[in-house]
Amino acid sequence: MGYGELWEATHVELLAAAWATLQLAFGALVIGLLVGLLVALARLSKSRPLRRAALMYIEVFRGTPALVQLFIVYFSLTEIGVQFSSFQAAMIGLGLNAAAYLSEIYRAGLEAVPKGQVEAAQAIGMPHLKVLRWVVLPQAIRIVLAPIGNVAISLLKDTSVASLIAAPDLMLRAQDLSSVYFMPLEIYILVGAIYFALCYPLSLGVRLLERRTRH
Amino acid sequence: MAESTPLVRIEGLYKSFGSLDVLKGIDLNVQQGQKISLIGPSGSGKTTLLRCVNYLEEPTRGDIYIDNELIGQRLVGSTKVPMSDKELARMRAEIGMVFQRFNLFPHLSVLDNIILGPLKVQQRSRAEAVEQAEDLLNKVGMFAKRDAFPEQLSGGQQQRIAIARALAMQPKLMLFDEATSALDPELVGEVLGVMRKLAEEGMTMIIVTHEMSFAESVSDQVIFMADGNIVEQGPPRQIFRESRIERTRSFIRAVQEH
Amino acid sequence: MFDSIALNKAIDMLPYFLNVLGIGALTTVGLTFAAFVVATLLGFCLALMRLSRSRVLSLIASVYLEVFRNVPILTQLFILYFGLTYIGITLPAIGAAIIGFGLNGAAILSEVFRSSIRTIDRGQSEAAYSIGMTRSLAMRMIVLPQAFKVAIPGMANFAIGLLKDTSLASAAAVPELTFKARMLVSETYQTNLIYFLLAMIYLILSLILSHWAARTERRLKVVKEH
Repeated sequence: MGYGELWEATHVELLAAAWATLQLAFGALVIGLLVGLLVALARLSKSRPLRRAALMYIEVFRGTPALVQLFIVYFSLTEIGVQFSSFQAAMIGLGLNAAAYLSEIYRAGLEAVPKGQVEAAQAIGMPHLKVLRWVVLPQAIRIVLAPIGNVAISLLKDTSVASLIAAPDLMLRAQDLSSVYFMPLEIYILVGAIYFALCYPLSLGVRLLERRTRH
Repeated sequence: MAESTPLVRIEGLYKSFGSLDVLKGIDLNVQQGQKISLIGPSGSGKTTLLRCVNYLEEPTRGDIYIDNELIGQRLVGSTKVPMSDKELARMRAEIGMVFQRFNLFPHLSVLDNIILGPLKVQQRSRAEAVEQAEDLLNKVGMFAKRDAFPEQLSGGQQQRIAIARALAMQPKLMLFDEATSALDPELVGEVLGVMRKLAEEGMTMIIVTHEMSFAESVSDQVIFMADGNIVEQGPPRQIFRESRIERTRSFIRAVQEH
Repeated sequence: MFDSIALNKAIDMLPYFLNVLGIGALTTVGLTFAAFVVATLLGFCLALMRLSRSRVLSLIASVYLEVFRNVPILTQLFILYFGLTYIGITLPAIGAAIIGFGLNGAAILSEVFRSSIRTIDRGQSEAAYSIGMTRSLAMRMIVLPQAFKVAIPGMANFAIGLLKDTSLASAAAVPELTFKARMLVSETYQTNLIYFLLAMIYLILSLILSHWAARTERRLKVVKEH
């Protein structure tokens, strides 16, 4: 069977699994963006224990593999009575992982806004919250957009790890189909092509963003 | 007395960067032993002209001959072909250049900066290279710093070492690209002093500078450039004091107003 | 929930767990090191290709980069694994893993190298040319030694990422840390303790790596300050 025929036979299932992968990545991104925000706020808070906790979170989630984090969310939590589906566990695990990176991106974005701007706004008597809303945030958002884009691309690729806890993603589907058609190499190449088709446009977009926000 | 072949011959030099024309037809000869100063407002093309001489900039059109040898290109039959990197490096080894920002090699000591060229490019012995380096360091007044690293030195000290580094290659010609423009005012004198000594020893020099009194006292010829053309060329006295061209006169007036 | 008998049982098995995981950790470190070497050598070549004046070389390197950076590493490992068996090469799984991580890592490192070379001021190359150095001599003696120091943080970050990524080799039954942990869990069902130890060991390894990298960077700066 050639690639053409193989694609004919499998593309419906592969594309359905690709859709699941996209959902997984998107869900993880949302979790990461929200949790990352909380962690960033804790990191910058005035309370020392909160700062410590945030630092530990970041250290742990960046110092251990995503796969191990997925194992813990999926397998270990059952001991305290929590059982997620593999899909949910993957989304949560990947989301918590992304949160650690995103929180540092938020922090870098806020710190990159020139202090002079904040001081200028305060000097004309702008209240603190307004300074945040109108001076700091718009600029910080412009700065973080491209790095967040990069995290999104990484997430898309990292969803493949979910297959190792048997979450129904593209790689798991590839595994199934391999045992049906006995053409693992061709199937994984097709799957690779699908991932490429999903990630490459995103990375071009991020690069465009990077160029725009450099001004 | 017949004029010998010029050391540097520039014919019909044009240089554009994209749509920007920086050099619009330059013809220039530099005789052996001459000191030529290039002066003019920013954007006049004087630095670009200098950088074309050792082919750091590739001319859009025109030929440059160093000691009668075409630089950067080779004549194959009647067509001009780019010169190989090795050939170009060989020709560049005979031309010394001093940069505005010194460009000393930060990961090497002062001594190593100076012996690098003789050792690795000219394949001279280490003993010979070190001896020459020490002579040069003495000449520029920096012997005490031979084992120091560039970042430990002031701008004036670094530039003097940069001159020694260029001289270590025993060049036929020295190019100075605004050698003192990046220096604090009080350090300019020490570098000009070295350049003056070099001039007195007979080195052929092309100097792009804003230091007008230096240019006037050291040069045989001063070239005033503006908008990519040579506006006027002549002995210092003509350019600085007796020019009949309005463009030259207004420039000289403007710089002497300080 | 915290049955004291079960807890004691778990603690009794601790030495055994640490022993097995320790061996797995050695494999992980070895795998990381080997892949790092492959990635550095190949990545360096790719960076030079990208920077070369030959459009063909530059294009080949760019295509390589785009492919390896937009496909998950797990997929790359599987393709390599099955691809090798296809062409009749039987490599031990760890060998395929070293190649797979090395090929992927080369794409990442080539960008680190390329950008660190580009941070070296053009004036340095020009000064080198002006004393008669060819492009390659200037690159070797002036640009690369300086670029290397700049590249160290990027290389360190890559190494830590690589250490974590090697956990994926467990899917190919490479007897590294994660594989050993899974094995122990299926053997003893002590899920929590084992995965906790697993996470701890990775954490310790990555902390050691980042401290070592910071020390190396500091030492290189001191050497310069003769």
